[in-house]
Amino acid sequence: MLRYSLQRLLGAIPTLFILIALAFFMIRVAPGGPFDSERQLPAEVEANLMRAYHLDEPLHQQFARYLGNLLRGDFGPSFQYKDYSVTELIMTGFPVSLRLGGSAMVLALLVGVGAGTFAALRQNRVADHSVMAVSMTGISIPNFVMAPLLILVFAVYLRWLPAGGLGGGAVRNMVLPVIALALPQIAYVARLTRGSMIEVLRSNFIRTARAQGLTTLTIVLRHALKPALLPVVSYLGPATAAVITGSVVIEQIFGVPGLGRYFVQGALNRDYTLVMGVVVFYGILIIIFNFLVDLLYAWLDPKVTY
Amino acid sequence: MPTVPSRFDQAQRPAPMAGRARQAWSLALCSAACALWLSACGGPEGGALGTPATLHRGNEAEPESLDPHAVRSVAALNVARDLGEGLVTYDAAGNLVPGAARSWSVSEDGLRYLFELRPTARWSNGDPLTAGDFVAGFRRLLTPATAAFYGELLLDIRGAAEILAGQRAPDTLAVRALADHQLEIELAQPTGHFLKLLTLPAAFPIHGPSLASFGQGFARPGRLVSNGAYRLAEWTVASHIGLVRNEHYWDAAKTAIAQVWFYPTVDQLAELNRYRAGELDITANVPASAFPRLQQERAAELRVAPYLSTYYYGFNLRQPPFQGQPDLRRALSMVIDRRLLVNQITRRGEQPAFSWIPPGLVGYTPQQVDFAAWSPERRIAEARRLYAAAGYSAANPLQTEIRFNTDRGHQQIAVAIQSMWREALGVQTTLVNTELKVHLAQIRAGGQMQVFRASWVGDYADPQTFAALLTSGNPANLTGYANPDYDALLDKAAATTDQSRRLSLLQEAEQVMLNDMPVMPIYVYVSKHLVRPRVRGWTDNALDVHLSRHLALAE
Repeated sequence: MLRYSLQRLLGAIPTLFILIALAFFMIRVAPGGPFDSERQLPAEVEANLMRAYHLDEPLHQQFARYLGNLLRGDFGPSFQYKDYSVTELIMTGFPVSLRLGGSAMVLALLVGVGAGTFAALRQNRVADHSVMAVSMTGISIPNFVMAPLLILVFAVYLRWLPAGGLGGGAVRNMVLPVIALALPQIAYVARLTRGSMIEVLRSNFIRTARAQGLTTLTIVLRHALKPALLPVVSYLGPATAAVITGSVVIEQIFGVPGLGRYFVQGALNRDYTLVMGVVVFYGILIIIFNFLVDLLYAWLDPKVTY
Repeated sequence: MPTVPSRFDQAQRPAPMAGRARQAWSLALCSAACALWLSACGGPEGGALGTPATLHRGNEAEPESLDPHAVRSVAALNVARDLGEGLVTYDAAGNLVPGAARSWSVSEDGLRYLFELRPTARWSNGDPLTAGDFVAGFRRLLTPATAAFYGELLLDIRGAAEILAGQRAPDTLAVRALADHQLEIELAQPTGHFLKLLTLPAAFPIHGPSLASFGQGFARPGRLVSNGAYRLAEWTVASHIGLVRNEHYWDAAKTAIAQVWFYPTVDQLAELNRYRAGELDITANVPASAFPRLQQERAAELRVAPYLSTYYYGFNLRQPPFQGQPDLRRALSMVIDRRLLVNQITRRGEQPAFSWIPPGLVGYTPQQVDFAAWSPERRIAEARRLYAAAGYSAANPLQTEIRFNTDRGHQQIAVAIQSMWREALGVQTTLVNTELKVHLAQIRAGGQMQVFRASWVGDYADPQTFAALLTSGNPANLTGYANPDYDALLDKAAATTDQSRRLSLLQEAEQVMLNDMPVMPIYVYVSKHLVRPRVRGWTDNALDVHLSRHLALAE
């Protein structure tokens, strides 16, 4: 187990290196630069800027410099947000996104698995069809429609909850963004759970359990749930990494200072260091979560050993 | 019940050792998660800020910086103008008024400016504001290592150009402290609009000690010492910027609002919702989709005013088919029905533009293209004549390309213009939209560009900020327009100290340029805000500057 973990972590190093190299050169290939604007700068001002950010050096030298800084944990200064380093931006944005995304994933897991199991037990009956219809709606209504709808109803008309802002991390400020983030996840998790639960419930060991006279509740909770969760867990790894790194749509609609906006704005502004920073950060998270999923597998499925 | 040796049973009872290790793992993971969780709670917003005496302002985007020498976007300017103050500043109506300087005099030849600073002016930490702080500011602005975006605007100061190019030391700049409260600025050539440049954050003073101790990252809460009506209390990137009244400000007694919060409101509909939910006092914008309804429901709160900004289409004059073809350019401009565009597409009170320089500048009469007053029939007839004279016909139509950056509004306008050109003249136009940075890079490269969308926002309340854009040496001149007569008129205007003479020379220059039609002005932007009735003192102005110190909150 320990050996396996070490192997996995060492194997992540070349993956990360390829990711960094690809991202570094791809963003440089994109036309336009961080200082392009409708106010075209005079040559000497632009030269000063290029020098200040080492953009006047040959690309391979910049790459070597970037890798060197990265090894020291330095993501460099942001080109766009001049007063902050990329590390600071990530470290202030991530806790907010983690909190929103983490809550959303917990909610999605609880509601999604519950609804999926419920539907599986009532396969092809009205309850099943209604749960699946609702979850289909959850998948097909995009965030940028659902989020303003939630705000209109609960903040503007009913005035129960704030329309935006972090409110110092108050729970009432989190409710709407968490729901908006969780809805599509609930839908996916419910559909995945239903599918695999139906399959598991038809398998021999469940039939045996039934034959032993166990109640449905015991069978589901003690025997069926764990194997049924396998596909959900493999979905959860990358999904969690994606959700806890924020969503630009949710952040801009709710005015929440998370990490998601930097993926989009960094790329649009050609903020090279910021793009690199979030890509590397996201890459590391994905690797960690996939690793955790594999460990979870060993626990859920006795066929899997390391 | 008999034990059933099945696989699922084993899976549930793992070896005890593995179980303990797993518990330790999950405990560690849980505590790490909790720690991160808590660190996100109890953020700065829980502090004393945000009381009812606070003004909540929507601010369209996250400021890129609050360092006065790095500020460039409208969002950053809005905050910077509350934090700092130049020698001159704006009143509520956008007129030029004394700022940190209480008076000034200009030498006969227009080259020497002598400013008397207010003896009562102080920094937010109580330090007196001296002429030396302005000297330090100008020197830093022009020092190559600062890499300031707006350095170019103050190149008229003697020695500035050489310093910016790294050929001379910054301390040779002709900005001198004659006494603690006396500042002299010497220019290389007379510059009629010079005072207006001094309103820009680029010309703000710098608090030397805090810059020295914190370096480039000095513009942060707890570090930034400012000389304006407010000081920086908190800044959570992408959430809010909190300002608190600067008690040492020379006019603090008349600064009514104790705290001002700026929110980056990128999504206009979300901003509107926050306004409707009572969370914002002033919005930075009003979404087009909600505009007609707001006009009926919240007419008194809706503030729409002409803005010093022109939406235009530029021609690439460096290559065919538009190089050396002013009549063809005129024909294309003539058949654009600007009234239709503003009434049917933009629909928020924008004005059709027949001038390059927008209205609203005191003493300046924007010049109009000659066909502005013509009937549509006459325009089309004349445009067809010019089009044919340029060698095009139904059998040999002009084939061209309009490029614009991705945006629904830009797209609608481009489609409308494409069809106006086709119907009136038979021009075959393809539309290409690209992301903004690609668009700008392509304009710059020039090669594949023929007609492009752009806009220009005035930096200060003077026609010069628009006129200078089309001079042949200006890097921001995207069309490649070069007319020696135009350049000469601008030089002459700049060197004229008599203001009304200077403005009439600029008018003459605008007319010369419009006859050449290097750009097609389409419409004049409007500023649009929702302003809650409790906010007092809001005055519409062309620059759309609304310093918080001129506002007040009703009980």
